[in-house]
Amino acid sequence: MFARNDHMPQGSRLSLRVAVVGGAGVVLFAILFFRLWNLQILSGDEYLAEAKNNRTHELKVIAPRGDILDRNGEVLVDNRTSLALQLNPQKLPGDPAEERAELARLGELAHMSPRKVRRTIAEGEKVAAGAPVTLRRDVGFDLVAYVEENQDEFPGVAVQRVFVRHYPDESRAAHILGSVGEITEDELKESQYDELEPGDEIGQSGAEYAYDKFLRGDPGLTRIQVNALGQPTPGGQLVSIPPTPGNSLKLTIDGDVQSAGEVGLAEKGRGGFISMDIDTGEIIALGSYPTFDPSQLIEPTQAEVDELYRDEELAPLVNRATEGAYPTGSIFKIITALAALESGVITPDEVVQDNGKIEVGGQPFENAGGVAHGPVELRRALQVSSDVYFYLLGLEMWETNDLQEEAHKLGIGRPAGFDLPEEGETLLPSKAWHEQFVKEGLALEDRPWSAGDNIQLATGQGDLQTNPLQMALAYAALGNGGRIVTPHVGLEVEDAAGRVLKEFDFNPQRRVHIDPGYRTAILEGLHAAAQEGEGTAAGVFGGFPVDIAGKTGTAERPGHADQSWFAALSPYPDPRIVTVATVEEGGFGADSAAPVVLDILEAIYDKQAAEVSSGGGAE
Amino acid sequence: MNTYATRTRNTRPEPFAVRVGIAERLGLAHMDWPLTIAAVALIAFSVFVLGEATQNDIPGDSHYFLERQAIYAGLGIIGMVLLTRIDYSRFRELRVGIYTFLCAGVSLVFVFGFAARGSRRAFELPFFSFQPSELGKLLLVLALAGFVIDGARRGSAVQRTVRYLCLGLAPAGLVFLQPDLGTSLVYVVATLAVMYFGGVAWTHFAVIGGALIAVVSVVLVAAPAAGVPLLKGYQEERLTSFLNPHEHEGGAGYQQNQSKVAIGSGELTGRGDKATQTRLDFVPERHTDFIFAVIGERYGFMGAAFVLSLYALLFWRALRITTLSKNAYGTLVAGGIAVALLFQTFVNVGMNLGIMPITGIPLPLMSYGGSSVLATFLAIGVLQSINVQAHLSRKGRFAW
Repeated sequence: MFARNDHMPQGSRLSLRVAVVGGAGVVLFAILFFRLWNLQILSGDEYLAEAKNNRTHELKVIAPRGDILDRNGEVLVDNRTSLALQLNPQKLPGDPAEERAELARLGELAHMSPRKVRRTIAEGEKVAAGAPVTLRRDVGFDLVAYVEENQDEFPGVAVQRVFVRHYPDESRAAHILGSVGEITEDELKESQYDELEPGDEIGQSGAEYAYDKFLRGDPGLTRIQVNALGQPTPGGQLVSIPPTPGNSLKLTIDGDVQSAGEVGLAEKGRGGFISMDIDTGEIIALGSYPTFDPSQLIEPTQAEVDELYRDEELAPLVNRATEGAYPTGSIFKIITALAALESGVITPDEVVQDNGKIEVGGQPFENAGGVAHGPVELRRALQVSSDVYFYLLGLEMWETNDLQEEAHKLGIGRPAGFDLPEEGETLLPSKAWHEQFVKEGLALEDRPWSAGDNIQLATGQGDLQTNPLQMALAYAALGNGGRIVTPHVGLEVEDAAGRVLKEFDFNPQRRVHIDPGYRTAILEGLHAAAQEGEGTAAGVFGGFPVDIAGKTGTAERPGHADQSWFAALSPYPDPRIVTVATVEEGGFGADSAAPVVLDILEAIYDKQAAEVSSGGGAE
Repeated sequence: MNTYATRTRNTRPEPFAVRVGIAERLGLAHMDWPLTIAAVALIAFSVFVLGEATQNDIPGDSHYFLERQAIYAGLGIIGMVLLTRIDYSRFRELRVGIYTFLCAGVSLVFVFGFAARGSRRAFELPFFSFQPSELGKLLLVLALAGFVIDGARRGSAVQRTVRYLCLGLAPAGLVFLQPDLGTSLVYVVATLAVMYFGGVAWTHFAVIGGALIAVVSVVLVAAPAAGVPLLKGYQEERLTSFLNPHEHEGGAGYQQNQSKVAIGSGELTGRGDKATQTRLDFVPERHTDFIFAVIGERYGFMGAAFVLSLYALLFWRALRITTLSKNAYGTLVAGGIAVALLFQTFVNVGMNLGIMPITGIPLPLMSYGGSSVLATFLAIGVLQSINVQAHLSRKGRFAW
C-alpha cells in the first residue's frame, strides 16, 4: 500500500507539514485566548456597564394635571384616563416598503387612511420632533391586546395610558379655563418650561396657561428590564418613582353665577360679561359667547372644528369680555362725569339745559331719538342718559386732556392686569393719539383733533375701543372709592387632599382720587337710572329686590347694529360687586345687556339669600 | 489480533490503564482517551449550558434544548464508539459511493429540503431535521482522501491538484447554493487540508492562495461594483460588518456587538444567572451560533478559557493522530478532520469575539443541533479508528 504511494509525505516531510498546521493551530488559539482576555479581563468593566445599560428602559410616568375648581370647590376641569395609540417615528423600519406596510397596518387599526397617518405623524413631528406621536386616543382594550401581541409587526408603536382633560360641563367657563396641548418646540426653549420634554402637555391658554406651573405635576419614572425587542421581562421592574400629580387650582369663579351669565348671554347673542368683587378684584363670573367645548381642542386636527374656530364673525375662541374692543356708549358717562367733577368743569348740582341736541362747529350732536330732557343736573342726566349734558362736558374738556387723563387713571385703554393671558388691545382716543394716527397716515381724513372727537368720547363713542373688563375696573373704582383692583380668577392652590398650599395675593394696582361726594352723586344717578321711574333700565331692574346702581349703554359701532351695554354696581348704596355685560348688535342697553346682568345678579343674590336663610355663612 | 500486549519501545504508553475485557470488547482499548475526554467534556458542557441558558425559550418545556442535545450526544457517542471498531480504511474503497452519496445528499435538499430562513439545508425527519451538509464534511474528507491516495500516480502534479480541487469544490459549490456560506467554506478548507496532507506542492498552494484572494476581491468588491452581486445582501453584510460593527449597529454588526458585550460583561468569573445579554435575547441564536457568548457571559473568562482549552486539546489529539496513522489514507483523513475542526472552532469563536465575520458555522460539540453533533462525533470516531488501527498494526510511531 505504501509502496504505491511513496511520494506521499512521510517521516520528516509529513512532520513538517503537521508542524506547520500545529503551529497555525497554536497561533489561532493564541489569538482567541488573547481576544478573550482582552474582552473579559481588560475591558470587562465597560462591557458590563454596557450590558446593564442595554437591558433597561426608562419609562416616563405621566403625572395627572391638577383639577380646576370653582370657588365653592365644584369641579370645572378634571382628568379622565384614556388609552392612546402612540407611534415613535424614529423606531419605524428604515426600509421604505416595510414602513409603508406598517403604516398601512396601523391605519387599519386606527381607522385612519395611510395618508392621514402620515399627516398626523408629520404634524406631530412639527410640534415636537423626537416625541411619540399620538395617532388616536380612546382606543379599545382589544386593540391594545392586538398591538402588544404582535409587537414585532408594529415597531415603535405603543399604547399608553394618558390623562385627558375632562370638562364635566362642556363649554362652561371655557374661556377662563383655556386649553392644554403638547408643548411646542418654541415653548421648549422658554425658561419656565426648562424641565419639560417634547410630548409633555402644558396649558396653552386661559387659567391652564397662567397657572400651568401649579397644575402641572412632576412625571414619575419606571426603569424596567427589557429584552432585545424592548418588551418588559417578568419581574424586571428595577426602579419606580411615582409621579407627583399636579395641584388643584381654585378659581374665584362661582360656577352657578357663571352658568347664569352664560345662559343669559347665549339667549341674547354674541358678547361678553364680567362680574367682579370690587374690593378684591376676584372675578365671580366671566364669559363670552359664542363659546366652545375645550375637549374639542384636544384633537385640533379635525377640520370641521378648525373651520368653526377660524370663523372671524363667530370667533368662539375670542374672549369678548377681555379681548373685545368696542365703543361703550353711555356707560362711559361716569368717567366723563368724574373727569368733569374732579377737574372742576361742573358741580353735581349744576343744571344744564338739554334741548335734545347741540351743534358744535356746524356738526349736530343729538340725544338718542332727539328727545329733549329739559333742565338736568348730574343725577338726572345719568338717570335719563342725557347725551347733551355729557356732550357739553366733552366740549368743555376738549382742549384739555382731563377726560383722557381720568379715563386712563380708571384703566381705559391700558392693560387691566388680568391674571390670564387673554387681554385684548384697546384704545383711548386722545389728541396725542390722533395726531400720531394722522401722522402715520392711518386716519381716513387728515384733520386735527376736534371738539367733536372729545364729545364723542364723552359719551363712549367715536374711536374708543374697550371691553367689559376695563369698564368693570372703572366702575369698581367708583364703587370702592378709587382703588384700581387687579382683576383675577386665580384664588388658591390646593393639594389633592384639599389643603391650601398657596393663596394668591392680588393687591390693588393704584388709587384714583374720587371725592366721596361726587361718588355718592354719581351712584345716586346710576341707581335712579337702573331702578327709578324714567330710568333707562327701570323696566329691567324695577322689580329687582336688591338695590343697584346701573347704567345702560347703546354704542354705535361702524358696520354693525348698535351694541348693547350694561354696567351695574350692587348692592346700592354700598356696592360690593360690579357686573358688566355687552351684546354685539344687541340694540339698546336695556334690551339685551341689562337682562344678562339681571340674570347674573339674580344668581348672585338668590344664592346669598338661600345661604342666609339656610344659616350658611354668607360673605 | 491480540497485539496490544506486545508494544515496541517506540509506542507511547497508554495514558490510562485499560482493563482487559469489556473495554477490549467494546474496542475502547486503543482509543485516544484525551480526545474522547475532550469531546465528551465539550458535549457535556454543551448540554449543561443549554439547560441553563434556554430554560425559558420554549414556553412550557424548559428542557427542550437540553433533552434533545443530550439525545444527540448519546447517539453521537454511540456512533463514535461504533466507528472506533471499524477499520476506517474501508472508507477508502467506498470513496466513489461516499462521494456520490455526499453530492446526492447536498443536492436533494434543493428538492425535498425544508426551508428555514430562506435557506434549504435540511430534510425534515420525524423528531429531527437532518442536515446532510454537516455529515458531508466528514464524507468529503473520507472520499477526497481516497481519491488523493488512489489518483496519486495518475496525471501530472498540476492535473492532480486541479482534480482534487474540482472534486472538493463541487460539493462546496452545492452547499454554497443552498445557501450555506459557512459550511461551504468548511468544505473548501477540508479539501485544502486533505490536499495539503496529501503532499500537494507548496507552490500549488501559493497559486491557490492567490486565486482565493482574487475570488474574494471579485465577490466582495469587483462584482458588486459591476452590479452583479454574487453574495446575497445579508451574506455580504455579515462578512464585512465585523470590520466595523458600530457602523452596522442595527444590522449584522448589532449581533456581533451584542455578542462582544455579552462576553466582555462576563469578566473573570461570569455573571451566572444574572446574565442579561444572552438571557434577554440581546444575543441572537444563543443556543446555536452564539453559544460561546453564553459561556463567556455566564461563566466568564474561566469558563470560556476552559472550553477553548478543550478545543485546543481536541485539535492537538486529532493532529497527533495524523502522525500515528498506519497508512497515508489515515493521515489524510485525520489531517482533514483536524483542520476542519480547528477552522470551525476558530471561525465560530472568532465570530463570537467579534474578530471573524458571521458565517453561520456552528461551534462543534457545543452548538445545539443534531446534525452537527452527530457528524462531529462520527468524525472523532474516525479519528479513534485511525488511532486504534495504528496501534493494532503496530505502526505506531513516536508521537509528541
